[in-house]
Amino acid sequence: MAHAATHDHDHHGAPKGFFQRWVMSTNHKDIGTLYLIFSLTMFFIGGAFAMVIRAELFKPGMQLVQPYFFNEMTTMHALVMIFGAIMPSFVGLANWMIPLMVGAPDMALPRMNNLSFWIMPFAFILLLSTLFMPGGGPAGGWTMYPPLSLQGESIAYTIFAVHLMGISSIMGAINIIATILNMRAPGMDLLKMPVFVWSWLITAFLLIAVMPVLAGAVTMLLTDKYFHTNFFNAAGGGDPVLFQHIFWFFGHPEVYIMILPAFGIISEIIPTFARKPIFGYRAMVFAIASIAFLSFIVWAHHMFAVGLPMGAEIFFMYATMLIAVPTGVKVFNWVSTMWGGSMTFETPMLFSIAFVILFTIGGFSGLMLALAPADFQYHDTYFVVAHFHYVLVTGAAFSIMAAAYYWLPKWSGNMYSETWGKIHFWSSVISVNVLFFPQHFLGLAGMPRRIPDYNVAFANFNMISSIGGFWFGASQLIFLGVVIHCVFFSKKKAADRSWEGAKGLEWTVPSPAPFHTFDVPPVIHDDELAHGNTEH
Amino acid sequence: MGHQQHDVYFVPSKSYWPIVAAVSMFVTVFGAAHWLNAQPGQASFGEPLFWVGIAMILGMFFGWFRSVINESLSGSYNGQVDRSFRMGMMWFIFSEVMFFGAFFGALFYARLFAVPWLGGEGHGVLTHQFLWEGYNASWGASGGGGPQKIGGAFQTIPAWGLPLLNTLILLSSGVTITIAHHALKAGHRRTLLIGLGATVLLGCLFLWFQAHEYAEAYEHFNLTLGSGVYGATFFMLTGFHGMHVTLGTIMLAIIWVRCAKGHFSKDDHFGFEAVAWYWHFVDVVWLALFLFVYVL
Ligand code: HEM
Ligand SMILES: [Cu+2]
Repeated sequence: MAHAATHDHDHHGAPKGFFQRWVMSTNHKDIGTLYLIFSLTMFFIGGAFAMVIRAELFKPGMQLVQPYFFNEMTTMHALVMIFGAIMPSFVGLANWMIPLMVGAPDMALPRMNNLSFWIMPFAFILLLSTLFMPGGGPAGGWTMYPPLSLQGESIAYTIFAVHLMGISSIMGAINIIATILNMRAPGMDLLKMPVFVWSWLITAFLLIAVMPVLAGAVTMLLTDKYFHTNFFNAAGGGDPVLFQHIFWFFGHPEVYIMILPAFGIISEIIPTFARKPIFGYRAMVFAIASIAFLSFIVWAHHMFAVGLPMGAEIFFMYATMLIAVPTGVKVFNWVSTMWGGSMTFETPMLFSIAFVILFTIGGFSGLMLALAPADFQYHDTYFVVAHFHYVLVTGAAFSIMAAAYYWLPKWSGNMYSETWGKIHFWSSVISVNVLFFPQHFLGLAGMPRRIPDYNVAFANFNMISSIGGFWFGASQLIFLGVVIHCVFFSKKKAADRSWEGAKGLEWTVPSPAPFHTFDVPPVIHDDELAHGNTEH
Repeated sequence: MGHQQHDVYFVPSKSYWPIVAAVSMFVTVFGAAHWLNAQPGQASFGEPLFWVGIAMILGMFFGWFRSVINESLSGSYNGQVDRSFRMGMMWFIFSEVMFFGAFFGALFYARLFAVPWLGGEGHGVLTHQFLWEGYNASWGASGGGGPQKIGGAFQTIPAWGLPLLNTLILLSSGVTITIAHHALKAGHRRTLLIGLGATVLLGCLFLWFQAHEYAEAYEHFNLTLGSGVYGATFFMLTGFHGMHVTLGTIMLAIIWVRCAKGHFSKDDHFGFEAVAWYWHFVDVVWLALFLFVYVL
């Protein structure tokens, strides 16, 4: 245990005062915890919005809410889930795990790290406060297309909230890159890093590349609305489609920002429970890199229906389909890792296997959408909604839950209740399919997205979907219960190496991980690393 | 436990500056959003709140940087921290490049696609026929105001007057800061201060001419932010660039003071280099602006 450093004389253990510990923190673990608590909170707020949506759509006709409020709910649900739940939880995981995985004492720029976190609650106060303002919140969709999004006053708040989130994300990403490139313990070569670390290195690059572009896009919205510019006004020589181009230049890499860290997590968990090193480590790393590269040249697949020139339709169609190749490599390698392994099915593994299967379904529906002529039909229908919920809920969100179960023992020092974890898993995985699978049919039959009322022909599938929705929402309360029980009440202490097959530096430090780890760089033994021997 | 190795890693102590920064940013944008939505002539708490926020941000920068400079001077930082700072600055500049990229993208799109299509080119024939008949698309004074000539007729700024002068000014400032950097590395204090001082002055001169150009555009050329998509791209690109020059000049001035106080040594002067990189970045952006906004 040479490198399980707990000694302090220069900087001491956790500070006593609440404010000092949590608000003035420079500790990657505490900041990681803050991120995770914040994103869980946002997950439930965004989830509440989704419940309103599904309640209204339970039956045809207007039931519960006004159309404008319905539109506020769809808009806010997306903004909160994307920027408040998924992204910050990945950053929280990065904060907790990357220093532990590369043998660093902390993040490279700890104070900036704290700032990155503390911007987030304020950004969301700003955004959510619009719901209580006289004019109401933003209701033009999370994509903020002008001219619709420019109606009303809330757009200024939304834009500034997006600016704040962007600043936070960029600083967070810079920090992660500097940590990975500069803080690795001697001997932790780039090609020995866990896949999770690799996935975040590339994600951080994507973030720095595209968050400023989003900032630029919303700044143009702001000036169009308040300072008489004409970027998106055809009468002045501009073009509303220009906004879509800039937005999706950000937007498509953004969807990979929400899935690459998930790929990393799954690539940690499957080898542990299959008790085999990951199959094709290098291929996994290169696949992530090529997905990231391709993500910059496919953005207009979101715009097939706006009337692009033919050449653009064809280019973006083929470029998009190209992404299926590295994605296929990843799925193949996960399956091959499990192949012939001595597998056990603890909750993290269950979520990971569900991820592989259900994310792939989302990938297939994506492939269908990538066919430009077919997308003319599918665009803006529930088929798209089904697609991105398969990749985002059973993809990104499932990976986050898998990660939570996988590393909770390390974070808290306690084991969670395996029984309740499994109940959570089965309840979630069944309900999520009841919720989203029928939406494929609805979309193919022509039900538009973002609409509070619909033709009676769609009634049955909507009712099934809503039942699945409430069920899935309720299942997440089990998750909350399991986490709270594990952290505060569980009697079962976790071993340092909490999972029998787990490899990697994070399992060499005590559970719970002490306030400071690796004050002195650890000595790296290749056979201790999950992917240390990349030669075979 | 290897006590002898203890200072291999450095982790900074806790600090209240981050939360101050977060609160200041919130106050600023909350004020700004209220201000923007205020009815004309109606008192709004947004405006004062915005200025309070700006003041808090300035105070925060002052305090935060002071504590970092003090830590640096007291020798707490090691080579690893220095590398982290360098990477941080490099990636920050990259993010700035992408921010400008969004506006350059808007410029190219408007020039190459949006405006010609409104004029009936390419696949815009029908749009032209039904919506904007008679619009004779071209870039600049004759077509950049769009089909409805929003903002009224205007003239554009000729490239070979003030913009050329400003190009020369920024290019020479790139030279002077390099001279200063070499002087710093060679330990020639006097040359360092003169070179850096000259860079600050050139930065100010640039801004002065830029302000002059804006005044001329508004008063004599009727070229405003509202002059169709031409005015929008022109002022947003040059305006954001100008803001960056302003920031760069302020940072250079601070670095000048720090040089005068003898803060930097021959091989330990990250603060200087960070600002120099930033200045070169601003310089390169200007060259692109000069080419694509003024000349072409
Ligand atoms: C095999 C890979 C994928 C392909 C080929 C693909 C393709 C597409 C296409 C063509 C659309 C536009 C549909 C339309 O609006 O008509 C779309 C929408 C979307 N995709 Fe994917 N996708 C893939 C993977 C992903 C992943 C991994 C994510 C996120 C984790 C994702 C998230 C989304 C989202 C959020 C939208 C909807 C955006 C909106 O309009 O609000 N996709 N996808
Ligand atoms: Cu996409």
